[in-house]
Amino acid sequence: MRLDCLTMKITEDVTGKGIIAVSLIKSGIAQVSPIRGEASNKKLRELKKHIWASRYLYLLLLPLLAYLIFFQYVPMYGLILSFKEFDYHSVTGSPWVGLEHFREIFGLPDFKRVFTNTLVIALGRLIFEFPVPILFALLINEVRKKRFRTFYQIVYTFPHFLSWVIISGIMINFLGDMGIFNMILDSLGLPKTNLLTDAGTFKGLLFGTSIWKEMGWGTIIYLATISGINPEMYEAAEIDGAGRFKKVTAITWPALKGTVLVLFILALGNVMGGAGFDQIFNMDNAAVRDSSDILDTYIYRATFLQGASFGFTTAVGLFKSLINCALLLIAHYSVKSRGHGGLF
Amino acid sequence: MRKKTTVADYAVHFVLLLTALIMILPFYNVVIQSFATPAAIAKQPLYLIPTVVDFSSYSLVFKGHEVWDSLKVSLIVTLAGTLTNMLITVTGAYALTKKNVPGNKIFIFLVIFQMLFHGGIVPTYLAIKDYHMLDNILAMILPIAVNTYYLIIMMSYFRNVPEALEEAGRIDGANDIQILLRIILPISVPTLAAITLFYAVDRWNEWWNAMIYIQDPAKFPLQLFLRQMLSDVSQAMNSELAADFTSSANVFTNGVKMAMVIISAVPIMLVYPWLQRYFTAGVTLGAVKE
Repeated sequence: MRLDCLTMKITEDVTGKGIIAVSLIKSGIAQVSPIRGEASNKKLRELKKHIWASRYLYLLLLPLLAYLIFFQYVPMYGLILSFKEFDYHSVTGSPWVGLEHFREIFGLPDFKRVFTNTLVIALGRLIFEFPVPILFALLINEVRKKRFRTFYQIVYTFPHFLSWVIISGIMINFLGDMGIFNMILDSLGLPKTNLLTDAGTFKGLLFGTSIWKEMGWGTIIYLATISGINPEMYEAAEIDGAGRFKKVTAITWPALKGTVLVLFILALGNVMGGAGFDQIFNMDNAAVRDSSDILDTYIYRATFLQGASFGFTTAVGLFKSLINCALLLIAHYSVKSRGHGGLF
Repeated sequence: MRKKTTVADYAVHFVLLLTALIMILPFYNVVIQSFATPAAIAKQPLYLIPTVVDFSSYSLVFKGHEVWDSLKVSLIVTLAGTLTNMLITVTGAYALTKKNVPGNKIFIFLVIFQMLFHGGIVPTYLAIKDYHMLDNILAMILPIAVNTYYLIIMMSYFRNVPEALEEAGRIDGANDIQILLRIILPISVPTLAAITLFYAVDRWNEWWNAMIYIQDPAKFPLQLFLRQMLSDVSQAMNSELAADFTSSANVFTNGVKMAMVIISAVPIMLVYPWLQRYFTAGVTLGAVKE
């Protein structure tokens, strides 16, 4: 019997918390052969020998496995709370309530709003934020002097390393009632507007500030791809009389297209996780909550501030995790079916 | 061959410079506000060119014990956290790349599955509570002891180390741990440095786990303290200083907040030149075609 299982390799994401590159390998996770006397005894002996020979490697694996079990798989077991009413003692001892919580979730107008917000914000990020690093990678690539390129890259990438707590402090200072943004509007004779408390434009503000923070970091992967293009191609194009714009459309862009497509599909797969908890949690306020509340911020506030039942908020989390997992798997498959074994 | 600077060049630079300005302006504004006084701002509401360099916002922040407490917590979390991160990531990644270890596929599956599927906020909170780690500094270290993305970058690096190097060690009778310590790690310094920096930045920026698991303000890391302060300065400062904020008109509330933003960002600014050197390596590391 051969159990097919997916193994995936996923690299550091360039745009935030999602995933950029994946390769799927169908592999046998376990091979079990029918027990047949002598032969199986021999196999067992061999396995024992293998295990003993690997004892130091098991020792090295131990901390990682302990982490995975205690901080990932034990909480996963805790998801059964979705079908229970927490008795404030133990997950295991709590009484079962079946699909009670899910019935409650789907009847809740709050949930519909929050779920829609999650999708709208995440899709908005794909439309407005995703293309920006591509554009800037192409622009930076047109800068001839290396010194200037480095300067732009340093300036653009720096905010990536600051936390959203810090960035929200910076943005509140910049955009608030007394902030420079409003003072500039005022001095130009335009009416002041506080973007931080305007529910109508708050989603736009989320996209804008996220571009501000992550755009430079996003260009790196594209610039790395561009730097892999053979310079002779550009020289050949010049001899053929290609202008600057023509070189971008005929050489640089086609070379980038594969990377863009893979990243786009994976970002699409990460829609449920891509709404951006850290940013929204640090930038929102009561005035804009109707348009900014996403599943994760909702779960946090319901659990820790409003005292909703743990079973209920666990169920919301499980619902989100399931959709997220399914979308990620679909994305992985489509990347693979397009012949990209991932980026690595 | 030198090319002539064309209109297109100017256009590109114009767009890029304008963007650079938009990137810098909010940050520049924070810096000058942190050194400003209420009087200077009142005189010149569009405060773009600093007229004073005043340290009172900073001295006020550092007068209270709160900021020192949280600075200490952040330093401990960053040092101990990064150390834990590296220890588990390096040992785990190395062992995971050895395909002939019985159970290897199961271990890899365990790593991959938890990338796709999570227990979520509430079950994780209950687990941490069961471990009696609430209000314990460990709650800001252990639940995030491994970043799977960095683990996988580390694995793809170890996979590309030539097998022959390890063979040499094995012939000398070294075991797997000795091989990792004496042969593999010394040649991996640049990669280790890159991942250490990434982890250190993440740990310094830590606020989420602290917010969930830590109640005692004396154990707040700097980022969480800043978060609290941005919403309410006087509440964040529990000590006698809170009185200063409510009574004195001379206290420049926004200046104090901005001073705190700068203090929280300074360590990042200090490591940034090194990050700049390594981050491209870090990103492209995972992108090496196998």
